[in-house]
Amino acid sequence: MSGLSISRRGLLAGASALGAGAALTACGAKTGSTSTSGSGAKADTSGATVKVGLLNSLSGTMAISEVTVHNALLLAVKEINAAGGVLGKKLKPISQDGASDWPTFAEKAEALITDDKVVATFGCWTSASRKAVKPVFERYKSLLFYPVQYEGLEQSPYIFYVGATTNQQIVPALDYLKKQGLTRLYLVGSDYVFPRTANKIIKAYAKAQGMTVVGEDYAPLGSTEFSTIVNKVKDAGADAVFNTLNGDSNVAFFKEYKSSGLTAKSLPVLSVSIAEEEVKSIGTQYLEGQLTAWNYYETTPGAANTKFVEAYQAAYGKDKPTSDPMEAAYISVYLWKEMVEKAGSFDVAKVKAASDGIELDAPEGKVTVDGATQHVYKTARIGKVGADGLIEEVWNSGKPIEPDPYLKGYSWASGLS
Amino acid sequence: MTTTTTTPAPVSPPPVSRPARFKVPGAFLLGAVLLLGVAPLALSDFRLNLLAKYLCYAIVAVGVSLAWGRGGLLVLGQGVFFGLGGYAMAMHLKLADAAATGQTLPDFMQLYGTGDTLPWWWQPFANPLFALAMTVLLPMAVAALLGFLVFRRRVKGAYFAILSQALAAALSIWLVGQQATTGGTNGLTDIQGFFGYDLNDPVNQRMVYFVIAAVLLLLMAAARQLFVSRYGELLIAVRDSEERVRFLGYDPANVKLVAYVVAAGMAGLAGALFVPAVGIISPALIGIVPSIGFVIGAAVGGRASLVGAVLGAIAVAWAQSTLSDAFPAAWTYLQGLLFVLAVGFLPGGLASLGAVLRRRRPRNRTTATGETA
Repeated sequence: MSGLSISRRGLLAGASALGAGAALTACGAKTGSTSTSGSGAKADTSGATVKVGLLNSLSGTMAISEVTVHNALLLAVKEINAAGGVLGKKLKPISQDGASDWPTFAEKAEALITDDKVVATFGCWTSASRKAVKPVFERYKSLLFYPVQYEGLEQSPYIFYVGATTNQQIVPALDYLKKQGLTRLYLVGSDYVFPRTANKIIKAYAKAQGMTVVGEDYAPLGSTEFSTIVNKVKDAGADAVFNTLNGDSNVAFFKEYKSSGLTAKSLPVLSVSIAEEEVKSIGTQYLEGQLTAWNYYETTPGAANTKFVEAYQAAYGKDKPTSDPMEAAYISVYLWKEMVEKAGSFDVAKVKAASDGIELDAPEGKVTVDGATQHVYKTARIGKVGADGLIEEVWNSGKPIEPDPYLKGYSWASGLS
Repeated sequence: MTTTTTTPAPVSPPPVSRPARFKVPGAFLLGAVLLLGVAPLALSDFRLNLLAKYLCYAIVAVGVSLAWGRGGLLVLGQGVFFGLGGYAMAMHLKLADAAATGQTLPDFMQLYGTGDTLPWWWQPFANPLFALAMTVLLPMAVAALLGFLVFRRRVKGAYFAILSQALAAALSIWLVGQQATTGGTNGLTDIQGFFGYDLNDPVNQRMVYFVIAAVLLLLMAAARQLFVSRYGELLIAVRDSEERVRFLGYDPANVKLVAYVVAAGMAGLAGALFVPAVGIISPALIGIVPSIGFVIGAAVGGRASLVGAVLGAIAVAWAQSTLSDAFPAAWTYLQGLLFVLAVGFLPGGLASLGAVLRRRRPRNRTTATGETA
């Protein structure tokens, strides 16, 4: 067929045009050469308002948790604006939906930096989303404030970690269990980075401190089948369960736990991802008396917290609880404001330089920014779930703990990284 | 455009009329000019990079159009092949990044790994040629093995789709479990270089875009040749009446196998190109939901039409980026609705909309064409 041969010739012509096009493309910097300029995405501080990015999952599986963080961020922005803004400029929050999907987080982070020209971004929850956006913030030299406790072992120059690192949550929780004489631990977690890294730390700690890990099990994220794991826990002869399950799995786990006859008295569970919001969705009857490890509870005493809880409930409803990640998100905006005002500029390098020693009377107590690690000094608090669904503190570290993301100050952790 | 089309077209000696003869190469050149000329000039670095990502989905759609549109194989597990290609590429780039900073292990292995040595199955990926070959050959090999087992046993329709889905789920769960060697849920992130070029440099990001656009155009050209070839005719025959083809003496299993394997290779290549464009590959990109996502674009645009499938994939990806901001919770429903509507009421996708309308309202034909002209 003649038509075919002609179309073939056309395709050939097209293909050669492609080749020419590709050849014309100039080649940029090679890896290793540090000549790359910050890609022309300067934050816009020219107007009477500056934009701040709020990057949370407003849809998808993480939305239930991240929307509350988003609300807390909006509250902080609103309060700061009502008090006159930052350096005389009002803040305009730009919300982007990460959609519980990690590459989407990276895409939206880039949109915030390049399209909206935000001065700083607040948000992310899961470690995977943080890992996905990290290169974006580093490439554009823009700041991210991350509000959730995490697995440590990270120190990006363009991220401020406002949630706890492991030595401010997991290590104090282990200290507490040891002090209670609960030395035989069963580890249950969701199958992703935080539980696996946390459990690695727990095993190293246990080995050095004479504790025993009698079992370790992982369930896929979102899994709701726990009869096997609970049976294994029951027969393992443990003193306590260290729970790093995340999200919906907790509901299924605790229901199974209770129906198999295990109680907070007979075999306590210490959870590191269950806050006030989750207690409500799991059901207080399943959790009453169980332990949690955080840096903040709705019941934490102090005028700053009373004010925060009142303001939050006035804005979002009387029955809405406040939780640790929400509080960390809320103070992250204030910490950034303090840094900017100390620096006298929105410039990222100057803000970073000014960060060390910034203090805040936060709802969780006094917090101080450690400029070297870009983490925050925080007080560890162990709590017990009460019959009213709130968490009452049973122990705290007495003073804010210095952040140590790589656990360098702990000899037993030397082999971890 | 005043000629009335109610009169039958005159039968001219050459069976292919002049405009139709140049229609395909003309459309192809137009596409090339748009992708390689107009888009890079009109779009900002960020938008161009997003387009690069959409074009990767479009490459998958080329394969979907072949396997599903022409072959009738509902390939609901393309995430597997996309993932294999993506991981093969990302493994090499991570090793190259590590080597550039004088280390033997990629960053995540130093944090979450168990030893100081690279797992044996990582080692060959240090070789760029091996890794590049694997991005295509690995998915094709897996597809060949699976296809061989499945098509021989005459598994088809929903069973084939369910099997594909199960494979996608299995691969993503396996990857999550192997945190020490695959990065777990995080996947492989923070990719800095692409065969020696620094990906942080916008110029190099553009280069990646050009490579992706060129690959898409070349694959479209190749797929189009496949469509009009004798094999393409045979594939459609198998789709429409497998038994009849068997009685004619052909083996339908082999015909389907080729389409499936070629589609898998294209998905693998798309995954490999996705990595430098987006800088990440993770289990979340290759499970059941993204695997369904890969066919939605093709279904909406028109799975049997190459251009329809490609434009559909780009449009759906674009809509997802744009609409998910405005209606975060509603987008997922809208996407599902689009799929149901397209499959239920417009099996040929938007590409067939014109033809369907013309068939529905033959009397309005003249005015309709007159308006669009």
